Amino acid sequence: MTTAHTSPALRAALAAKHGSLRSSVLRELRERFVRGMFILCTVFSIGTTLAIIATLAWETTHFFALPEVTLADFLLGTTWSPLLGAEKHFGIWPLVCGTFLVAGVGALFALPVGLIAAVYLSEYAPKRIRATVKPVLEVLAGVPTVVYGFFALTAITPALQWMCTLVFGVPIFPGYNATGAGLAVGIMILPIVCSLSEDALQSVPRSLREGGYALGGNRFDVSVRIVVPAALSGIMASFFLAITRAVGETMIVALAAGGLAHLTLNPANETQTMTAYMVQIFLGDAPAFGVENLSSYAVAAVLFVITLGLTVAGNILLKLFQEEYE
Amino acid sequence: MSGTLRNQAVRTLQNRAFLALCLVCTSLSVLLVAVLLVTIVTQGSARLFNQAAVDAVFSHGELGHIPELIRWSVLTNFASRRPDDAGLCAPLLGSVWVCLTCMVFALPLGVGTAVYLEEFATRTRFSRFVELNVRNLAGVPSIVYGIIGLTAFSRMFGLFGNPDGTPIQIGDPDSALSLRLPFGPSVLAGGLTLMLVVLPIIIIASQEALRAVPKSLRQASEALGATRWQTTRLVTIPAAVSSILTGAILALSRAIGEAAPLLVLGIPVFIANTPSGPMSNFTVLPFQIFNWASRPQVAFQELAATAIIVLLAVLLTLNALVIYLRHRLHHAL
Repeated sequence: MTTAHTSPALRAALAAKHGSLRSSVLRELRERFVRGMFILCTVFSIGTTLAIIATLAWETTHFFALPEVTLADFLLGTTWSPLLGAEKHFGIWPLVCGTFLVAGVGALFALPVGLIAAVYLSEYAPKRIRATVKPVLEVLAGVPTVVYGFFALTAITPALQWMCTLVFGVPIFPGYNATGAGLAVGIMILPIVCSLSEDALQSVPRSLREGGYALGGNRFDVSVRIVVPAALSGIMASFFLAITRAVGETMIVALAAGGLAHLTLNPANETQTMTAYMVQIFLGDAPAFGVENLSSYAVAAVLFVITLGLTVAGNILLKLFQEEYE
Repeated sequence: MSGTLRNQAVRTLQNRAFLALCLVCTSLSVLLVAVLLVTIVTQGSARLFNQAAVDAVFSHGELGHIPELIRWSVLTNFASRRPDDAGLCAPLLGSVWVCLTCMVFALPLGVGTAVYLEEFATRTRFSRFVELNVRNLAGVPSIVYGIIGLTAFSRMFGLFGNPDGTPIQIGDPDSALSLRLPFGPSVLAGGLTLMLVVLPIIIIASQEALRAVPKSLRQASEALGATRWQTTRLVTIPAAVSSILTGAILALSRAIGEAAPLLVLGIPVFIANTPSGPMSNFTVLPFQIFNWASRPQVAFQELAATAIIVLLAVLLTLNALVIYLRHRLHHAL
């Protein structure tokens, strides 16, 4: 209580009497120590990136040093058969193709639906609906992906088969297929697209909308012709983030897409993605330093380059199309 | 004149059609959540709840049967080849151990990095590079982190180990505090791997939390003669603590749901003991779900659904905690 009422000047004078020199040196030391600790933390985050790049590069060179693998075959080959047959082939294209097939099905579903839902929530919906749907989306974004994989396997694929039997008389879709997995991936990225696009639409200043209405536009004109273009950078960023997540998604495709790598763009086929191949290798008893094990590092390196490329491209687009409003 | 009238009609129609499309898309999203939940609950509830007790409580009002509503054996048994005996004991405790280990490492590192970037660093090329780097790390697929975890923590680049290939043992192997090099598929290796996954989330959330603290608070503190660290410790962090905690809980729920990076470490499919220390073997809930869901038998699919209900219940509890914290934050500032 007494210190609280002491005047600051008096306290400073008291401090000057009682060894303030030592305390200021100590304080300086402590300040430097703390700063150093924080720099160490920061360096760790850069170290993680370096560790990723170094590990993948190192093991990938080991992979290409093996006699049965060549870089040309890996980059240009159209057969991926590391586990079957007398002659092993390591051509990455079937896996890349499977990855983009599944991600494409997901994006085809989630990007338009997510964006339109975002436009509705931001421009049309009454406050009450927005206040209910937004938290639901956030909860949905936190659902573990293995749950969506289970959903694809036990609900989406059977539903697809049932519908095709109803229409065409044959189920068409096998138990594991790219469409079932792709739709589950779409459901997984839907909340990302919707939530982030909605944020982007909300950050468009009110004056732009009012200008649109003043010129005689109706709600459709204002939201689709003015607000969406104005928020385009944020919307594109949400799209890129969602596609990156879809490309790197593992548990859904491991459960529902099957395990057969072949070069196909038919979404009714069984397919294998890069991530699902890694799961197959690490779940099996592949020896720690065999060719199969090393091949997963090469696949991981390709996956890392693709996702990093998508992230960087998204950031560049965000900067390029960003509109500044006062 | 007639032209603009028709034009007006077309535009009104356009507006109505778009609104209809909007409603379809939004209700489709909400409907999907409902179908997802119904699918899981219908498949999983039979093994989680005790039908006789449910009838007794809800039809006859016998409240004494409330503790028997849940078939506790599902939570306390170990995994089994017979679906009726199988339970979630090992994955539940494994998830707790691994996620706690993860947070013990990730929270100080993540918050430390954020504090450095926001409070100490000047806007140099270095700090901008670090920020870009963190944002790029957030986009790396979790299975790639799994491969790094396998190489760096589980195998330790092949640098350690006895000549015969067995790991080096430090301390009594039966004690909880012993250490083994390399770590192998242990709780410590799993926690460190998950730390890599959630670190960008914690850093970005903490940065935003610190950025939201008004400049005037810091200026007032520094005007009183406080050093940068004193200001951070006594003023900035206390003001940002609920937002930082919110970010940490979101990171924790991400860690609880991750199966891919741990699967890469080679954690066991079947395990009949719970972890007793950082070097114990473990399995986690999402991996157990993956394992059960990938089996053809219907009984195991039902078990997977039961495990999903338990997992979602844990995550919903954490989400409720986030909402509570946000509410408190609202009052504080």
